[in-house]
Amino acid sequence: MQNWIDAYSWINIRFLLQGLEITILISVISVVLSFIFGSVLGIIRYAKIPYFSRIVGFIIDVVRNLPLLLIIFFTYFGLPAFGFKPDTIPAAILAMTFFESMMIAEIIRSGILAVDIGQMEAARAQGMKLGQAMWHVILPQAYKKMIPALVSQFISLIKDTSLATIIVVPELMQHGQVVYGQNPNYIIPVFVIMAVMYFIVCYALSLLSKYIDRRMA
Amino acid sequence: MIKLLVDNWSEFISGFGWTVLSSIVALFFSLIIGSLFAILEVMPSKVARVIGNVYVEIFRNIPLLVITMFFYLVIPLYVVKINGFTAGTIGLTIYTSAFIAETVRSGINSVDVGQMEASRAQGMTFWQAMRYIVLPQAFKLVIPPLGNQFINLVKNSSVLAFVAGFDLMYQGNAIASTSFQTVNTYIIVGLFYLVITLPISYYMQHLERKLA
Repeated sequence: MQNWIDAYSWINIRFLLQGLEITILISVISVVLSFIFGSVLGIIRYAKIPYFSRIVGFIIDVVRNLPLLLIIFFTYFGLPAFGFKPDTIPAAILAMTFFESMMIAEIIRSGILAVDIGQMEAARAQGMKLGQAMWHVILPQAYKKMIPALVSQFISLIKDTSLATIIVVPELMQHGQVVYGQNPNYIIPVFVIMAVMYFIVCYALSLLSKYIDRRMA
Repeated sequence: MIKLLVDNWSEFISGFGWTVLSSIVALFFSLIIGSLFAILEVMPSKVARVIGNVYVEIFRNIPLLVITMFFYLVIPLYVVKINGFTAGTIGLTIYTSAFIAETVRSGINSVDVGQMEASRAQGMTFWQAMRYIVLPQAFKLVIPPLGNQFINLVKNSSVLAFVAGFDLMYQGNAIASTSFQTVNTYIIVGLFYLVITLPISYYMQHLERKLA
């Protein structure tokens, strides 16, 4: 029991919360960036531009089928060979954004495909250009359909930031390791509190997604 | 790059083998555990549903790395000495089983409820109806999403590198740090992963199109 009380001293808890802050910071920046890049890539793949869409599609498929951990390693240890040496947090954001953009591109594409083709035809028949029809008619409907998939991708992203601990990004998992590194008796209490912190953030998001989904239906 | 591959062939292949082994073992057990929890989630008893739900929600919302490291550090400390490979595979199994439970449950729910009612009316017990009538139909529906779960599982098996699990990622790091050819090593490691994941991914896309 004493172990638990010692492990949950305010200094330790505050240190873990600082880690959680970095975890959330990395996740939010990466998700915003990858939403933008992912939308562009998804639309390019959907648009079936000769050759170009095919190449983009193949890159999306390749990156989606690689482990994120490999991409993190590559960003941090591989890129310096090309004369670019990012710091740990930027490296984590870069790796996450690269990987998540491809995941989100696929969500966006299938969201667009799920919008009835008649919507596009009708918009075009009204004299809208392809871009206008996309922006004003198709995308608003597509994004609505994609909300659950996008939120669950965001949840995976938050969980996956824990992998960045391997390049010593000071996020929650890494701070946890520092705390239980002081004393092996802290291992279980620290894992419990880390799990609780991740759980609260991720579960709250999944409840929010369910709520939005019900409101919209 | 070819020289690097040839020089370290045995390490790459052994890493590839451990990755495949861990993925298959974890898939096998997480299919069993996942299906059990999926059935719990649709059982008439409220207690069973709550147990199923709690399990799924807890392990879906905690990072795989936290689960894996927990088993790696805690089991040897208090229970029995296990190596990184075992701890990693246990972590993978538990994490994946929560996702499989969710997938199988959605499959069970999309089987028409009349199937269960008709089987029960024939005098079958809940478990008989589940085993012989509902599950065979549910599994057919969820093959593409299960395939995607398997791809995730193979990719996730890279966390074994954290616990010295001798997998592809672990061997790749070892090779990268001795050969100093970081970029080439990681490209080769990536190709080895793609050999498994890309064909499954394209096959599942094909299946999805065929079923749709």
